[in-house]
Amino acid sequence: MRNPSFPRLRAFGSAAARKFTQIRCLPFLTLLMFSAGVSLAQSIPPDIAKKLDDLDKAAKSAQMAGDNAWMLTSSALVLMMTGPGLALFYGGLVRKKNVLSTMMHSFILMATVSILWAVIGYSLAFAEGSPFIGDFRYVFLHGVGADPNADYGATIPHQTYMIYQLMFAIITPALISGAFAERMKFSAMLLFMTLWSLVVYFPMAHMVWGKGGLLNAALGGKYPAFDFAGGTVVHITSGVSALICALYLGKRSNYPDESMRPHSVVLSVIGACLLWVGWFGFNAGSAVAAGSLASSAFIATHFATAAAVLGWMAMEWMVAGKPSVLGAISGAVAGLVAITPASGFVKPMPAILIGLAAGVVCYLMVSKVKQMFGYDDSLDAFGVHGMGGTLGALLTGIFATKEVNDLRMGKPMGLVDGDAGQVLNQLIAVLIAWGLAIVGTLVILKICDVVCGVRASKEQETEGLDLSMHGEEGYNLES
Amino acid sequence: MKKIEAIIQPHKLEDAKEALKNIGVDGMTITEVRGHGRQKGHTEVYRGMEYRVDLLPKVKLEMVVPDQRSDEVIRTLAVAARTGKIGDGKIFVYEVADAVRIRNDDRGDAAL
Repeated sequence: MRNPSFPRLRAFGSAAARKFTQIRCLPFLTLLMFSAGVSLAQSIPPDIAKKLDDLDKAAKSAQMAGDNAWMLTSSALVLMMTGPGLALFYGGLVRKKNVLSTMMHSFILMATVSILWAVIGYSLAFAEGSPFIGDFRYVFLHGVGADPNADYGATIPHQTYMIYQLMFAIITPALISGAFAERMKFSAMLLFMTLWSLVVYFPMAHMVWGKGGLLNAALGGKYPAFDFAGGTVVHITSGVSALICALYLGKRSNYPDESMRPHSVVLSVIGACLLWVGWFGFNAGSAVAAGSLASSAFIATHFATAAAVLGWMAMEWMVAGKPSVLGAISGAVAGLVAITPASGFVKPMPAILIGLAAGVVCYLMVSKVKQMFGYDDSLDAFGVHGMGGTLGALLTGIFATKEVNDLRMGKPMGLVDGDAGQVLNQLIAVLIAWGLAIVGTLVILKICDVVCGVRASKEQETEGLDLSMHGEEGYNLES
Repeated sequence: MKKIEAIIQPHKLEDAKEALKNIGVDGMTITEVRGHGRQKGHTEVYRGMEYRVDLLPKVKLEMVVPDQRSDEVIRTLAVAARTGKIGDGKIFVYEVADAVRIRNDDRGDAAL
């Protein structure tokens, strides 16, 4: 939840820090109480007022240093999820003639979306505007400076918040690329991703996290949905759009008759591990401060992921006979996806349940349901992100509790707190995310098809996109 | 001169090389190849998709020896590369017309 509407005094939460504060601040507190009493009768003497003011500034500056350090670290961690994390994860899963083009799908977005974000993206997503999209007040990053934006992060520079959010805008479209790997034209992919960011991602981010957004739970949304780090904004939008891409582009030629085994599960294991680590920035960073909520989200994320690995492995072992490494790492990603919306709202045991459910459900999606319907979601972007995101968003409505995140000032949060209505809010957010992704993606694909054609030719596909699109090969072992 | 071509299990390569060295064969060419005979392949499963893998990794050893040594080399190779299970590979023997040592134009047995 990008929402710091409650004060971030948690930054001084450790026992040692508290003791230190008590000892050092006792005289000041006495002074404060004394002066408060006196001020009823007369104003505070100027020298004491100045000292109090200085103290206040010093405390704020210390908190800003701590929070800002964590948020800059988190920003870097989330960028690391796209490159090398996702690039390796997806790169290993394709045939070796497409390894570079697949990695490029992730890498090029680190540049493209960044520029788009600076020019207009941040403004459309996070400026106040309509409930559906932001206005133009932050275009070219105008007015986004060192001063905090109190609505989003009262204790970090607005710039830090902006760059942190950019990293989410980068990885989300990169996730889609798993569905059209090995067969989409590079030019069409660039155009698609640019339009998709404008039409689907920025509005969805605004609705859920932007001030006044339709689904914002903290800043005046009509249907307050809990999405701590992007179950709807990131995973449903990308996963559902991925399914549309897979259906629109059609299967890879000769799928499923020709062998399309992953060329290197080794690369994918490295990528998945980087994703797991980077995800701590994604989820715990979404506390927008270095306080206890960040710790809680970090822990929920980790335990859910562990449970999802075991859930997927157990299912595969029982159903297919062998516990594969690809299964274990896919389970990890499924768990990370599902816990994303819930991470800042649930306790560790519900997190384990969410992870376990994600491991089982996503396994069935990619190994049974996909083959039943016969669509070619090459790297299972829909099966993992679309389904895992939907599952996580709904379960957040069940397991969210005020014991973790007292967003509603003592009122119940999710079903476990006794508010069944939140499940409905979650469902509304899920449906809006699905709807926007389906309609937006279809329209954009049609436009791209008219402008430059989305699908690589049969010859290009046979030759491999590395050579036909980029004029290179991933492995030149003889050179 | 005979050319001996042996296609064997990759994990038996060290045994085969060692055995050939012990009987004084010190020249050979080794290639990593893929193929199958009666062994056929195996099945791999990736996220529920089953792939039949027919061509398995093997190692091909090639060497040319004087006629009188050929039987000894073949026997040695067969013993060293044998596990007794299906998939151990095959040895093929060819007649060689001539051989040239590029460095100094030696011909025939002298070039080996």
